[in-house]
Amino acid sequence: MGEMEQLRKEAESLKDEITAARKAVQDLTLQDHVAGTAVVGRVQLKTRKTLRGHLAKIYAMHWGTDSKLCVSASQDGKLIVWDSYSTNKVHAIPLKSSWVMTCSYAPSGNMVACGGLDNMCSIYNLKGKDGNVKVMRELAAHTGYLSCCRFLSDTEIITSSGDCTCLLWDIETGTEKTVFAGHLGDCMSLAVSPDFNTFISGACDFTAKLWDIREGQCRQTFGGHESDINAIGFFPNGNAVITGSDDASCKLYDLRSDQELITYQDSSIMCGVTSIAPSLSGRLILAGYDDFNCNIWDSLKAERVGVLSGHDNRVSCIGVTPDGMACCTGSWDSFLKIWN
Amino acid sequence: MEDVIARMQDEKNGIPIRTVKSFLSKIPSVFSGSDIVQWMLKNLCIEDQVEALHLGTLMAAHGYFFPISDHVLTLKDDGTFYRFQTPYFWPSNCWEPENTDYGEFLCEICYLYLTETSLYEHVFNEILQMAGDQLDHGVLAVYLCKRTMQNKARLELADYEAESLARLQRAFARKWEFIFMQAEAQAKVDKKRDKIERKILDSQERAFWDVHRPVSVYGLQNDIRSHSPTHTPAAEAKQPTEEELQEQIKFRQAQLDRHRLKMSKVAESLLSYTEQYSDYDPFLSTPDPSNPWISDDTTFWEMEASKEPGQTRVRRWGFRIDEVLKDPVGREQFLKFLESEFSSENLRFWLAVQELKKRPIREVPTRVQEIWEEFLAPGAPSAINVDSKSYDKTTQNIKDPGRYAFEDAQEHIYKLMKSDSYSRFIRSSAYQELLQAKKKVKCFKQFLT
Repeated sequence: MGEMEQLRKEAESLKDEITAARKAVQDLTLQDHVAGTAVVGRVQLKTRKTLRGHLAKIYAMHWGTDSKLCVSASQDGKLIVWDSYSTNKVHAIPLKSSWVMTCSYAPSGNMVACGGLDNMCSIYNLKGKDGNVKVMRELAAHTGYLSCCRFLSDTEIITSSGDCTCLLWDIETGTEKTVFAGHLGDCMSLAVSPDFNTFISGACDFTAKLWDIREGQCRQTFGGHESDINAIGFFPNGNAVITGSDDASCKLYDLRSDQELITYQDSSIMCGVTSIAPSLSGRLILAGYDDFNCNIWDSLKAERVGVLSGHDNRVSCIGVTPDGMACCTGSWDSFLKIWN
Repeated sequence: MEDVIARMQDEKNGIPIRTVKSFLSKIPSVFSGSDIVQWMLKNLCIEDQVEALHLGTLMAAHGYFFPISDHVLTLKDDGTFYRFQTPYFWPSNCWEPENTDYGEFLCEICYLYLTETSLYEHVFNEILQMAGDQLDHGVLAVYLCKRTMQNKARLELADYEAESLARLQRAFARKWEFIFMQAEAQAKVDKKRDKIERKILDSQERAFWDVHRPVSVYGLQNDIRSHSPTHTPAAEAKQPTEEELQEQIKFRQAQLDRHRLKMSKVAESLLSYTEQYSDYDPFLSTPDPSNPWISDDTTFWEMEASKEPGQTRVRRWGFRIDEVLKDPVGREQFLKFLESEFSSENLRFWLAVQELKKRPIREVPTRVQEIWEEFLAPGAPSAINVDSKSYDKTTQNIKDPGRYAFEDAQEHIYKLMKSDSYSRFIRSSAYQELLQAKKKVKCFKQFLT
């Protein structure tokens, strides 16, 4: 058994060395560096539109690349594609399984995807020949619920699941191309980098992992949260990651210095974070919580600079348009609200 | 903690428990949030209400008592009604819902549901989830759901769901029968139980699930879970095997070897990025001419869509090469400039590879060959300069062509463009003119009005 013991020791000492290496580059904290910068002024966003139409809790929403169309998924068993500016429903897609937990809009605008307790990711073609929206593919291989999905293009999609893995799929053939395994708990959320070469996943093992899409390998792991990570996103520069957790805090991790930069928390906030999104510049971070509100944080000074309150139930999802003009919140109260 | 709970439940000196008459019925065996707080302040070494609420909330999170009207496991110092949990469900009983003696446990549940008590939606979700994990025992639960579904019109099962349940029932026919017989027998015995007693048991059972639910996301409100002794963090997995350890060592060595940027540099880059883009962030600066969501004027979007780029848009291209490559008009201008210098092959290669990655898989091999012929093959018409390592790798890749055949070459070309072509473009008179153009027009317009 001597060899096993040696290996264990080696693994442990490497872990310590990594911690030391991370500490070694901490010549200055983010707080120190921005000490001379003023906090962003109070941000007061108002509801500009309310999207009504779902009959039950909304679990997910995702903006299209044109910053006007968005898709939402609800427990009433429908996917609705909205022209959020006019509040018209462009498509109302009935789902086979009403236990939906996530939805995604393809960058091209040609497809939407969704999935949930049925363990599958269903792809719908919005631009069918006869104008009807039909299921194009049902991607089934996960052995746990589908928690999140994001399109890379019309031909590839990445999914995260309660079975602790993420998968890269080829949509055309309906087959899984790469397995991203390594998390020790349910994968709850994923986000693709701006250059589409990597993606990050947040899981119930309290860690976030950065994956190389092509190589299928985990490049970096970030810990520090004390509970499940429910929401994850890229900072707009693509070099940092924001996470939201059940431990009532959000964190900013930097990829280049390989560690946590700052935590966004307040003693008055005791409930979990359900969703997270950065503003266009990254200076503001919007996070949805279980207490029916969204808090707006100054990402550099780690201070709360605004609150979005207007929902009558938990805010389950949040998204900022690609052009940064507005943010959308979806709630268990069955409404979506557009704010700016 | 259980000592305190026992004291709270003491008949003489504990919290006064009573039956409250509500509009249509009686609510048995309850006490109010204020009662708890008052009792704590009087009987425990607690200084103030805040501490009492904190302790009480922890107790609720562990499941020792619960609010009867909702699923939020916190203590409120008001008239909200609470009930004590039966010791059967106390955490100290090391009650693991994943216990292998599941059949027995489920039989106990079924007497609650084969009666007229309501099946809470969230418990139904649990049970569906369990059916996935432990088909044997979960099957019973699923069957029970179906039985109660027939009585509960409001819990509409989709045809798809009802079908699955029916299928499962048929598949496990013999086992169903046995378990169901047991369940029915118990149900008969306990139908004789006092209605009030059943109500209490039902709420206690529901509260137990509020603490121990397997799926924390679907349909349930959150509470403070991390302190619960029965909440085992997923990270405490079994001992790794030798192979797993080798993998772990390899991974950690790679992590250790990676270059880490100094925090000060990172902080500086974050600050400068946010400052650079704050003019473009509609939450921080007012967009020009206006934010369409606020003004109902869509000019901003029309300008973004037009082929004539505005000054602010052109300025953004100067921030970094990605901005030019992201904007279709930027790409067009960049390409036009490079063509005027007869050095457009790098950009054209980069664009071709980007487009390749989006192609359907059946078109990929042909396209890979075309790109190879055009840019990399000996004597290629638009030959690009790639380092020998990437060239060799690419030569290998195209033998088995996939979407990422040119990844290494593309990365090399991207770096080249960034340092060479892009900086020339930004300094070029073509770009500078575009940058100034809108300004001139604006000034002129202002002059006219």
